[in-house]
Amino acid sequence: MDKILVGLKRVVDYNVRVRVRNDGTGVETDGVKMSINPFDEIALEEALRLKERGEATEVVVVSIGTSDAQQQLRTGLAMGADRAILVEADADLDALSRARTLLEIVRREQPGLVILGKQAIDDDNNQTGQMLAALWERPQATFASEVVISGETARVTREVDVGLETIEIDLPAVITSDLRLNEPRYVKLPDIMKAKKKPLEELAFADLGIAESPQIKATAYAPPAERARGIMVDDVSGLVAALKDKGLL
Amino acid sequence: MTKILVIAEHDGQELNPSTAKTVACAAELDGATIDVVVFADSAATVAAQVAQLDSVSRVLTVENPANAKALAAVLAPQVAALAADYSHVFGPSTTFGKDLMPRVAALLGVNQISDVMGVLGAHEFQRPIYAGNVVITVAAPSGHPVVATVRTASYKAVGNGNTAPVEAAACDADIPAHTRYIELQAGKSDRPDLQTAAKVVSGGRALGSAENFDIIYALADKMGAGVGASRAAVDAGYVPNEMQVGQTGKIIAPDLYVAIGISGAIQHLTGIKDAGTIVAINKDAEAPIFEVADIGLVGDLFDIVPELTSSLG
Repeated sequence: MDKILVGLKRVVDYNVRVRVRNDGTGVETDGVKMSINPFDEIALEEALRLKERGEATEVVVVSIGTSDAQQQLRTGLAMGADRAILVEADADLDALSRARTLLEIVRREQPGLVILGKQAIDDDNNQTGQMLAALWERPQATFASEVVISGETARVTREVDVGLETIEIDLPAVITSDLRLNEPRYVKLPDIMKAKKKPLEELAFADLGIAESPQIKATAYAPPAERARGIMVDDVSGLVAALKDKGLL
Repeated sequence: MTKILVIAEHDGQELNPSTAKTVACAAELDGATIDVVVFADSAATVAAQVAQLDSVSRVLTVENPANAKALAAVLAPQVAALAADYSHVFGPSTTFGKDLMPRVAALLGVNQISDVMGVLGAHEFQRPIYAGNVVITVAAPSGHPVVATVRTASYKAVGNGNTAPVEAAACDADIPAHTRYIELQAGKSDRPDLQTAAKVVSGGRALGSAENFDIIYALADKMGAGVGASRAAVDAGYVPNEMQVGQTGKIIAPDLYVAIGISGAIQHLTGIKDAGTIVAINKDAEAPIFEVADIGLVGDLFDIVPELTSSLG
């Protein structure tokens, strides 16, 4: 295939312990470290490996978000993507609008494969890839742990609740990455320098003519219920006694 | 009128327990009529199990050889066709439902509400974000179908005292041939199922090897428990992926959860925070798992676990 399209979402870094703002109107993101969504990094790594194996000739990364997402696109270019597209939009744009935006990019770029992360670790929605596949009327292979391309089809192994499921899909298609698909490479300094010269196209969401989606509104943010502080026991007999006390043994 | 269509999860023979929990969530909507649809090659065996679920008004069956295996691309247009008669479409937040329901939502032109953990009204729900560190209340727009997945760990299965009627549903949808099922490699285990077990014993990276995990299995078997693992243990290859508990693995709510050699990353904790009692065994007294544990024991798991196993007679 000619081209693989990969989505990169800018999210609060994996290691940050997120807190609700004091006034309950949202999540505190001021001064917080931002990164590429980890599943998207895995998606990009898979695209780069497919290109390195000669299965594709170009890897294009796309992000939908504020202009700050240029940082994540530059990181993607430093990892090895050839070109980047930023669709400037609100950071909290809804999933259906994101899927419709990606469909518009797909129409322009005509990729043979789209790889997205299975979920973003901020809203944990796990829906954009499936939505894009539906709107595009193409196959989806979600939660991928292995991808094998052969000509016009791909065999994808999926991490499902009971084990590993393998399906065969016709291309073009949408694949969403799970944790064990690969281990993303580290970016090297010379690649960061090279990435500065790679093309980064900027589009405005408002100019793409995307239909308005019915919005699900977040009306309140709260921390989860806390568990009460427990007890410490000194040894196995103390543990057994405590469990018997609760009627669990 | 609140009319809810629930998509049954099954393997062709057995109804998955996630369905009864999804029905339990649907039953929290005031005055809801709940139909459950079974897509299958041959639906009778599964439909008979669904008919017993309390709160279910009707069981619909859609029989088609194409429905022999649950492929999202095949099922989604059929669900979307049936959805015209309903105000809500619910599926479980298992890999089955996570794969299928967003595809349905897109066909219906709406966003999905993922991982419903609380029902505040017909269009108002609670759900977790940021690995469960934040709970948000969301309002779905009226005048549009509500498509949602249900966080099954938040609900107790409805009872089995019903005799709902079973009807074949007419379902006119174009079914694509671009997606084909090849095979399933399922771990064979006689142990209780991780997602429904009353007791679960989990091991982490500190086990050090697949062989060492045997002490976890031995303890679990003595307790009659299911076995889980942290992401680190799965990534290290000690156990297969279906045993992973956490944000991107299984979210579970057993009566007793025993975390052994698991430090307790927030991504793991979100998978167990609905457990009745959490026991933590770890040599690091500062491990975050002790912040959520009801009973903690600091020490070497290679001493403690065999001793615990033998003390259970």
